[in-house]
Amino acid sequence: MAFLQDEKKPEGGPYNWPARGETSVIGKDHNRLEGLAKATGAAKYTYDVNLKNQLVARALGCPHAHCKIGGIDTSAAEKVPGVVHVHILEHAQPGAEINWQGELLAIVAAETEGAAAEGVAALKVDYELLESFTSDHDLAAAEAAGRAARGGGKVQTTNEPGDDEDEDEFVDKEIARLLDEAKYVVEGHYGIDAITHCCLEPHGSTVEWQGDKLNAYLSTQNVSGTDDGFANSLGISADSVDVTCNYIGGGFGSKFAADYWGIAAARISKETGRPVKLMLSRDQELKIGGNRPSGYIDVKLGADENGLITVWDSHHWGSSGISGGGVSHTVVPYVLVPDNFRRKSTSIKINMVRARAWRAPNHPQACAITQTAVDDVAAAMGKDSYDVFMTNLANATNGKADVYAEEMKIGAKAIDWKANWHPHGKGKAKGSVVEGLGMALHTWGGVANTSDCTVKIYPDGGVESFCGTQELGTGTLTVCAMVLAETFGLTVDDVKVNIGSSTYPFSGASGGSTTVGAVSESHRRASQDALRALLDLAATKLGVEAGQLEARGGKIQVQGDGTKSLSWNQACQLLGMKPLEVTRGHVRGDESPLSSSGVGGVQMAHVAVDIDTGVVKVKRFVAVQDQGLVINPQTCKSQIYGGVIMGIAASLFEQRIADPKSGAFVNAELGSYQLARIGDVGDIMVELYEPDSERERGVIGNGEPPAISPMAAISNAIANAIGVRVPVAPFTPKRVLEALSTAGRS
Amino acid sequence: MSDSHNTPIDQDGLDRRSFLKGSGAVAAATAVHAGTAAAAGEATGEVEKGWKPIQLNVNGEQVTVKVEPRTTLLEVLRYQLDLTGAKPVSSDGSSGASTVIINGKPHVASTTLAISCRRKKIETVESLGGENPDAVPLAFVEHDAQQCGFCTPGFVVAVRAFLNKNPEATEDQIRAGLNGNVCRCGTYAGILAAAVSVVKGGN
Repeated sequence: MAFLQDEKKPEGGPYNWPARGETSVIGKDHNRLEGLAKATGAAKYTYDVNLKNQLVARALGCPHAHCKIGGIDTSAAEKVPGVVHVHILEHAQPGAEINWQGELLAIVAAETEGAAAEGVAALKVDYELLESFTSDHDLAAAEAAGRAARGGGKVQTTNEPGDDEDEDEFVDKEIARLLDEAKYVVEGHYGIDAITHCCLEPHGSTVEWQGDKLNAYLSTQNVSGTDDGFANSLGISADSVDVTCNYIGGGFGSKFAADYWGIAAARISKETGRPVKLMLSRDQELKIGGNRPSGYIDVKLGADENGLITVWDSHHWGSSGISGGGVSHTVVPYVLVPDNFRRKSTSIKINMVRARAWRAPNHPQACAITQTAVDDVAAAMGKDSYDVFMTNLANATNGKADVYAEEMKIGAKAIDWKANWHPHGKGKAKGSVVEGLGMALHTWGGVANTSDCTVKIYPDGGVESFCGTQELGTGTLTVCAMVLAETFGLTVDDVKVNIGSSTYPFSGASGGSTTVGAVSESHRRASQDALRALLDLAATKLGVEAGQLEARGGKIQVQGDGTKSLSWNQACQLLGMKPLEVTRGHVRGDESPLSSSGVGGVQMAHVAVDIDTGVVKVKRFVAVQDQGLVINPQTCKSQIYGGVIMGIAASLFEQRIADPKSGAFVNAELGSYQLARIGDVGDIMVELYEPDSERERGVIGNGEPPAISPMAAISNAIANAIGVRVPVAPFTPKRVLEALSTAGRS
Repeated sequence: MSDSHNTPIDQDGLDRRSFLKGSGAVAAATAVHAGTAAAAGEATGEVEKGWKPIQLNVNGEQVTVKVEPRTTLLEVLRYQLDLTGAKPVSSDGSSGASTVIINGKPHVASTTLAISCRRKKIETVESLGGENPDAVPLAFVEHDAQQCGFCTPGFVVAVRAFLNKNPEATEDQIRAGLNGNVCRCGTYAGILAAAVSVVKGGN
């Protein structure tokens, strides 16, 4: 149900942020408000919502990567004690073709989890097995299997072909000429395997009907935008659906919709007249809960005597699942783009579920498969990678060369680059262990999403806000409270922030680092205009102009003169009987003094590699990140730590492994789908880059950027350590030893 | 883990071995808890099956719950006692998200049969909260050792159990001792700082 509000919002403003040094809350560390509830188990996630008389449902996932369904016999399942309802999904009717392992076929709702699971095990399905293909890294095999199709690409050359010249031939010759003229030529193969979202709270919901109204407790990144999905599928109106998500156990771009299993839960609930909880099992979460496309590339590039890349020629391939896809060509090569380039791509269809947007879609893979080639220029020259990256900032296409240069200096100092650097493969070994340094850099938008907020000031001094955003663990709730507290001259504890319900004013989905800007916009706008209304009342009372007043330290006072003042509560009493209520918002893309978009960021890794075992350890890691104005440094840094640690996981451990014959996703459990553990991450240092030039840009999201560079930085550090490129991430011991063996160094 | 060396008939009148025997086939058919199926053994025969009341000591309180042989401690905590701090993350126990303390030692509740917990002292993350929270969750807040928070209760309990046993733990020992838990958001830097601060504070 949408929050009722005025269609015509009164014009307000102007809006602004207090200057550095004049803030009481913004820019100062604040512990996350929901921290203790989470740390003591009091926080209720979707999985934790237990409704009276609820059924617990479990689903049968298809065990085959490609098959036809003959039929599903539910009779034995229905007889299992405790089983109440068996639901066959529409896409699993007899004759249906299933194109990936894990696709849900039927759902069993029961009195307990155990009975539901036993019911699922008792379902009998006839499968007709079909050929599958899952080898997305193998371009030749994909072509032979008819699974490859031409993807996007682009050519850019400084010189133009003549009028009667064949364009393709011209480009061939031009690229060949530029490579021939280049002082250094690097030819390489790089790649990164697909990984899964692997949210620790799997996708799912607990739903109940109240008459014709649906209450959905949904694990979602999109509280305000999922009611439509339920409503459309169930043939009801969106205002008959309330979506609630107070806490979400992991959302990195895969939890934007009700999903067909959420719809099915609602149908089963309707059918049985009882609330239903349906969460994916762990293996289902890994198999169908979302994944990041793979990317593999062959590159040939040329660089001048300083290491500046002058020509780039590449072909990359990969897969986003059954529909093909892969890494977008638009971010190849990544950030550092020479004037002359040719990039082409091939899309490969595999028997895996479609990918879902994963933290900075396309960027991490593009960085991993192209900034490794930049580092190989340094290796070919025997030069310092830092200097070669600095030189190639001349190719930065996002206008951030100066920001990167400053961030590189900060990062190099933090990791003591000069003292630890040695040419690739020339470091001193301690026993079988060699160390190395590597770096990479990234970019992202982080524009503020659309967001509305209602602020209420009560005559007793209470302050409350309502906004249909969500707390992903990024610190959103705390940021909302800090913005209100700053505006009203109160403490964070004085304000109550309400989020996580679709009954509140609309706020956009949390994806693409758009939330901190969104909620900062809506909460600042609503609170600044609410304060103006309150100052008008206070001015009359105090006999001064409203423009002379400020809210500071729990008082409404004449600026700089605490003697002429009202306490916050006294000022609020002037409201009389009725609370002051102001709703304001921001529309994505509108110019604003409060937020903007476009960030850089530089990361550096210091690794140790044991050349006998192939084991890589991250010793130290430095992340330098700009994100405009920082509201809460503590949770801002936590985002960066998190991005880096996810990146360490994808660098060293994480990969979706498919059996090439059966197409089965063989490591879909946490025991075998390896993530980084606390002993694996080394010492991580985070530096927020926030000079005045950044701060005056306003708020920009930083959820995605820090997750982009780690794989390239770590790959480059490994190459620096062992003098050999390990081509494809994750850089497992097996792959490290293979690379050493191929180079004749083991 | 087994308590079968104790008196075979408990105060709730249940012989654990015969109870388990009764549902071997049922437990084996349960896909979610592969580990518990193995624990149930391969015995067959109509001895005891279905739901039976047992008594458990949870967070200092004696409670009566109903269990089947296959019922895990995690299911009992979450569905019968509404103690939802311990989380269901992995079916093989490899995430540590359902860590609870049983007789002073950390155990994964998702792979622990409820019936094996009789006459043992079970402490869940909720026992570390309340009006006077334990030093570990407070340190998690102070050092922002959590993001989405779904792994956090398991981590908090694991840190508490580890520091109870190793009150003077060094940073390296903490890194080595907490590898049984996993976090997806990447909060390890904060967790490490939180655990170190608890050691320094002597709590």
